[in-house]
Amino acid sequence: MREDYFYTEGLTVGYQGVPLIREIAFQLKKGEILTLIGPNGAGKTTILKSLIRQLKPLAGVVVLEGQKTGEMSGRDFARKLSVVLTERVRPEMMTCKEVVATGRYPYTGKFGVLSKEDWKIVDEAVRLVHIEDLAERDFTKTSDGQKQRVMLARALCQQPDILVLDEPTSFLDIRYKLEFLSIIQEMARNDRLTVILSLHELDLAERISDKVLCVRGDRIDRFGTPEEIFCGDYISELYGMTAGHYDAGTGELELQPVSGAPKVFVIAGGGRGKAVFRRLQRQGMPFAAGILWENDLDYPSAKALAVQTVAVRTFSAVDAEHIEKAKGLIDSCEIVLTVFGRTEWAKLPDGLKEILAYAEEKGKLTEQ
Amino acid sequence: MKSRRYGAAFAILAALLLILLAMNLCIGSVNIPLSEILHILMKNSGSDTYTDIVMNIRFPRALAAAVLGGGLALAGYLLQTFFHNPIAGPFTLGISSGAKLVVALVMVASLGNALRLSSWVMIAAAFVGAMICMGFVILMSSVIEQMAMLIVSGVMIGYICSAVTDFIVTFAEDADIVNLHNWSKGSFSGMTWENVKVMVLVTGIASIGVFLLSKPISAYEMGEAYAANMGLNVKSFRVLLVLLSSVLAACVTAFAGPVSFVGIAVPHLVKWLLGTARPILLIPACFLGGSVFCLFCDLLARTMFSPTELSISTVTAVFGAPVVIYIMIHRRREKAA
Repeated sequence: MREDYFYTEGLTVGYQGVPLIREIAFQLKKGEILTLIGPNGAGKTTILKSLIRQLKPLAGVVVLEGQKTGEMSGRDFARKLSVVLTERVRPEMMTCKEVVATGRYPYTGKFGVLSKEDWKIVDEAVRLVHIEDLAERDFTKTSDGQKQRVMLARALCQQPDILVLDEPTSFLDIRYKLEFLSIIQEMARNDRLTVILSLHELDLAERISDKVLCVRGDRIDRFGTPEEIFCGDYISELYGMTAGHYDAGTGELELQPVSGAPKVFVIAGGGRGKAVFRRLQRQGMPFAAGILWENDLDYPSAKALAVQTVAVRTFSAVDAEHIEKAKGLIDSCEIVLTVFGRTEWAKLPDGLKEILAYAEEKGKLTEQ
Repeated sequence: MKSRRYGAAFAILAALLLILLAMNLCIGSVNIPLSEILHILMKNSGSDTYTDIVMNIRFPRALAAAVLGGGLALAGYLLQTFFHNPIAGPFTLGISSGAKLVVALVMVASLGNALRLSSWVMIAAAFVGAMICMGFVILMSSVIEQMAMLIVSGVMIGYICSAVTDFIVTFAEDADIVNLHNWSKGSFSGMTWENVKVMVLVTGIASIGVFLLSKPISAYEMGEAYAANMGLNVKSFRVLLVLLSSVLAACVTAFAGPVSFVGIAVPHLVKWLLGTARPILLIPACFLGGSVFCLFCDLLARTMFSPTELSISTVTAVFGAPVVIYIMIHRRREKAA
């Protein structure tokens, strides 16, 4: 017997007998969070639909606790797995609390009447997702973000072992995105809830996931820990990014750099240069930057946006070659911008002091 | 608080049902006092002409209006659920007209052969017609996304079926054609006790079936994907919905011909009265509401221009069509908001 709590083997999914993604294999332990990432239309939703039995797999198996999900009864399966989907729901004349209560469906009797115990669980779910103030409101009159949270409460009061969510954060503002994912993370950690979700926000995916599944058109490109996935240029490659830059280290995005001979040289560091780089990019001004250590907060943006960056290896000293390069750029640029105030100069490393002095001598230095 | 409203709603419907039932027995070309009616019903005796009018004409007719009205409201409710479309109904989707066409064909064929048609044969014929149209509408719904367009196609099917029916009725050669003509326009007249027995049986069983489906219906209203995740077998549930709504619509059409707008108007009025759409409450309330609505409309149809009788659809349309218009405007406004 395998020890994995939830896994797929040789799973092929698709519509009407036409395979879309083949040989999907992943393994999860109880309480782990799996995130599906990948470009639009890559088939994330198709995979999720197949996991929740909405689509019949064309080949392979999905196994939960040693049992093939395809062989479970509808009711048993509903008690094990619940969902939050992108599908619009328009229930008539139902309060949010009543919508949450539909999650008790697999536990109620022939007529679907909720017991006191059931209502208690509903109240708990409402509290957990912090939607007490929405409880008595008409569901159809709430915002998309509010609906999403109601649907999470609904899914939780189904008391699942596995929760499947299709792009759950799409309609949420930044506060609720974090709150939503925090609730899921807490449930995973404390109640050993296993979670499978798809996300477009890579920064969030990197932070919340125990495992990441990279979906790319007809195949699963990679399956692994976030450390294995979010490194180097893999994400740009997965998404086939043609414009702009995604930094795997910080999760930050930059737009397409301006090309051409640099007209401005920026002397920055400590994270204060980013804003300057981005402003120059917006103005369509080609620029160079330096001297930056590769571990500097400004370095990823400079590398993504500057035509040329004079960079020093982390923990290394500035040598003559760097200075010469920087001076050369200062000579060819019309303006030199710096984020450092004159009072700060004394504390700066020697290399920076030298090029600042050089720029001033040339009469090009402007303080930001 | 809420349960008190539900109780009040059911009390209002039950009271209206009793009052209208009594009015339907009392009022007519001959007005019979209520005391006389009670006397007749209790002891089955009294003045002979009165007994005859009440027991052979008015009482079966009123019962038919009540039972078929209830069935029609439920059929409408099921179709609205099935198509997720608030203005779906047996009449707007052409299902009533399809049933009418097949019944007319069978009737005319048998008139020529001088056969008496039993209620069962009529229902079977109507069911066949209803299923054919239902199949066609389901096929259309897989192609047509917009709900308004689905209704338009349903109405068109209805017109085609009605045209063919009129054609058949016009060229049928028989003295009974007057009856056939009345029926094809929609009417509760001429009900026999045998008819009533059969319709009570069929509508009763189908309605109980609908009530037993109230839990899955509540799941289905959350959308198919969520319903499936709640453990509902969506496919077989959909088949049940189609069968039950067709049986109910067929039963009504077999006996009363096409009756318009009850299927749409009643579920909405009842939802508004109850303040909830929970199937377990809505289904019995819909049945009661349909009964009340049809008793009221039939009373008007009989008495407004007495001795000339209006077709039932004329009256139901007057009260039902505004409800449909209101729904459409309301939904548009909701979308804009």
